[in-house]
Amino acid sequence: MPAPPPPPPTPTPTPWRVATVVDVVPETARAKTFRLSVPGRPRHLAGQHYVVRLTAPDGYTATRSYSVASAPDDGDLVDLTVERLADGEVSTFLHDEVVVGDELEVRGPIGGWFVWRGDTPALLVGGGSGVVPLMSMLRLARATGRSDLVRLVVSVRSPDDLYYAGEIEGPETTVVHTRVAPPGSPRPVGRLRPDDLAPLVGGDDTVVYVCGSAGFCTAVGDLCVGLGVAPGRIRVERFGPTG
Amino acid sequence: MSRVTRGFTGRRRPDDDRKLPPGQYDAGDTWPVLHAEVTPDIDPASWTFTVEGQVEQPTTWTWDEIHALPPSRYQGAIHCVTTWSKFGMTFDGVSVDTLLAAARPLPSARFVVAYSHTGYTTNLPLDDVTGGKAWVVWDVDGEPLPRDHGGPARLLVPHLYFWKSAKWVAGLRLLDHDEPGFWEVNGYHDRGDPWLEQRYQGD
Repeated sequence: MPAPPPPPPTPTPTPWRVATVVDVVPETARAKTFRLSVPGRPRHLAGQHYVVRLTAPDGYTATRSYSVASAPDDGDLVDLTVERLADGEVSTFLHDEVVVGDELEVRGPIGGWFVWRGDTPALLVGGGSGVVPLMSMLRLARATGRSDLVRLVVSVRSPDDLYYAGEIEGPETTVVHTRVAPPGSPRPVGRLRPDDLAPLVGGDDTVVYVCGSAGFCTAVGDLCVGLGVAPGRIRVERFGPTG
Repeated sequence: MSRVTRGFTGRRRPDDDRKLPPGQYDAGDTWPVLHAEVTPDIDPASWTFTVEGQVEQPTTWTWDEIHALPPSRYQGAIHCVTTWSKFGMTFDGVSVDTLLAAARPLPSARFVVAYSHTGYTTNLPLDDVTGGKAWVVWDVDGEPLPRDHGGPARLLVPHLYFWKSAKWVAGLRLLDHDEPGFWEVNGYHDRGDPWLEQRYQGD
């Protein structure tokens, strides 16, 4: 049995704040980034999330968690990237109704486990929308000149499904296509395989961050353990279909 | 007090007697999977469950031994802090009361740390796992509990948010003091009552 992780400091309780939408950026056909101005926001850690709360006139509320995509030091601005789920109560509202200038209630940053503090080797493995918290980590690494610490593997169905295209590519990044690859891609399409990750899992000081659907996370966790990675250095964030 | 979001009306709740705690929605037929570690593959032949700490008789059960105890069933709802709830679940296993009766808690025991075969921990007041409120379960809706949902066996404390229902549970350690567990030191509430919406530290 691996030892329990050492307890990090408990994050400070955060009140609800009113954020203003200052930009809406399409990432793919089904994903948008909502750039929020959150005056006086606490600095987040790369990998943390915010909760968004919608309130109807009769007092009914719906809340969902969304990971931060932006780097910690971005003034009052926080980027939340949201995938539109066909039957998602909150994600459909955000995609179909929210425009620049709208106000949203948010709470955060939240979470002290799936975080990268910017000073240790890290392998980041994301499936589809699971790349969002990993993008915050990559942006932090680049902003602080520590790209050497980070390797990112993103699994997408096709090139059209890649978030942050034009920015995410780089010497740290490997994009794996499961169904459709760009012309001339040397790797046959297909799900992540041991040889995709074997050169990247690093030594005992490398923490592996895995984010995506439950099936993706379980598969990648099994892959890493099969490559000899101790379960205690794998951190997982499962994105459920929670709407 | 929350402020009205422009244009949001929200979905209506199902018009029946199933009550959702504040801020929750009905996940319907889906059962999301959310845990922060690698899904372990635990062989029931090597699985054990232990009650230890502030007890007269520290006790460990094997898979076969715990199945020989009087069975107990929970039927009802579960509530996850990520805002989904799920109704009409049936879990089969053994009541924590039965396990504690064998180990005999000392009068000094007031809190519990539930720990898993993965190293995961979560803390609870002893009162929240006694009096027919908590189980160790291995079947859900008549089938063996899937690995992703904590199989072969998990703790079940359905009146609290579901992170208290430790997957792959390995035992309970009874304490005379409160000792925050994995999510509780990572920003989540110490008790986690969904009806009081105790999601995060400070709620």
